[in-house]
Amino acid sequence: MSDQKVRLAPPLVWGILLPVIILLLSACATQPPVAALRGTGDLGVVIERADGRVQIVETSGRSVLAKVEGLGDLSHASVVFSRDGRYAFVFGRDGGLSKVDLLTATIVGRVMQAGNAIGGAISQDGRMVVAQNYAPGGIKAFDADTLELLADVAAEYGTEGKRSKVVGLADLPGNRFAYALFDADEIRVTDLSDPKHPVTQRFPAGRQPYDALVTPDGRHYIAGLFGEDGLAMLDLWQPEQGVRKILAGYGKGAEPLPVFKMPHLRGWAVAGGRAYLPAIGRHEVLVVDTRTWQEVARIPVKSQPVFVMARPDGREVWVNFAFPENGWVQVIDTLTQKVVDTLQPGRAILHMEFAPKGEMVWLSARDDNRVVVYDTATRKPVAGFDSASPSGIFFTSRAARTGF
Amino acid sequence: MKVPPLLAHVLVLVVAATAAAFASAADLTNSSNKDSTAVPDGQRARELVHLVRQDCGSCHGLTLAGGLGPALTPDALADKPAEGLVATVVGGRPGTPMPPFRGIVSEREAEWIVEQLMRGFPADGGPALAGGAN
Repeated sequence: MSDQKVRLAPPLVWGILLPVIILLLSACATQPPVAALRGTGDLGVVIERADGRVQIVETSGRSVLAKVEGLGDLSHASVVFSRDGRYAFVFGRDGGLSKVDLLTATIVGRVMQAGNAIGGAISQDGRMVVAQNYAPGGIKAFDADTLELLADVAAEYGTEGKRSKVVGLADLPGNRFAYALFDADEIRVTDLSDPKHPVTQRFPAGRQPYDALVTPDGRHYIAGLFGEDGLAMLDLWQPEQGVRKILAGYGKGAEPLPVFKMPHLRGWAVAGGRAYLPAIGRHEVLVVDTRTWQEVARIPVKSQPVFVMARPDGREVWVNFAFPENGWVQVIDTLTQKVVDTLQPGRAILHMEFAPKGEMVWLSARDDNRVVVYDTATRKPVAGFDSASPSGIFFTSRAARTGF
Repeated sequence: MKVPPLLAHVLVLVVAATAAAFASAADLTNSSNKDSTAVPDGQRARELVHLVRQDCGSCHGLTLAGGLGPALTPDALADKPAEGLVATVVGGRPGTPMPPFRGIVSEREAEWIVEQLMRGFPADGGPALAGGAN
């Protein structure tokens, strides 16, 4: 080799080689790891809401297994799971419905199904996923395998063909779905057992239902009302009896506080024969007996509750709060109906998810860009990991539960 | 001066690797830089942008394209008088879920927010750096 100058390869060769090297190295950084044979019972997803991405997590080692990008606008995203726990159906705000394979960390199906969506549900038999939409208002059913559209049920009301925003969609036995119409003050139940011929029943509910839940047995559907004091309850075993108001006048005519975040009813809290419900516009959790549906207590809490969630064994109920008090979490003892602990797990706690048997709870701390894991026995943090602006956390144990 | 050939090749490789690393990191960062011509000071403006994107966003959408609340994009607001919008931010809108933000943002800050909304709202630079909004 001559010693006067270093001879690099000709520019043309580098011109070809460099992009290839860059491409290959980038690919290394983003390629999901090759999955060893494994089950799905301890898997889950964390929504990284601002980046259109989910983290696939596992709860045994409390680690992030992979990330999946390209899911669109995930503000207020929610997730349901296929009954085998392998696929996550991610409903984005922008109407995107994505089917994510948790084992290969890939998107195996994606449709843009609406202009503005708020979540979804999966049928009892697992064959159908249903999205609830704000615009155009209604529900849409899709084949869980192919995401092919099976049914489009408009939430029309009145005489001018207006369509309402749909909230509180829940799966019911018999491939039926219950949901509420924010603009039309109704609860509807649509039977999709023959998706070509959906049959819908309508029930007047009260003013501005904002979210709803179905009890674990699939019997009672309860919608929270923004426009009045009280909740609307429909006994799905006896729907002919119509909607009954429960906890009517819980605010006792007092002016409600400004609501900076609508409470969520979906993560139901039914424990020990009682339902624990967030009082909208008040610093209270309402407790109602699920046999009589009479109020049995109201528990003063730190601020306005958003999620009121029972630990799976029902021994405790954990509560997070609306902006600007969203750095707090409180724990209610379900025997004494009292707050027994007040925690500050991080900044902007948006969501909580219990491990299937409740020994730990994962919390998303949006403004800390962290997910923190608390031991529910000691109520101390035991683990955590970085996550960009995390919101919803969803574990595959939801796959086997009605209303999730 | 003479550079050993091996070193030259290693250098090229290092440059390529760095470029690749930046390329994959770019996804994380490219959404967070945009002008924030601040009437409120930089730190407060950052807080307000975060508040609007994240907390107003829980009803109006992170992209402000609407949700339970209406869209707050420049197109959607084009025919609305700014004073009315400022009044809505400060005083809320009775009978709807829109709460008053009096006590959380000042009148002047509400005006600034409305100006930004009408021009196309800045991207979120993240939460306040120190202390905490809690």
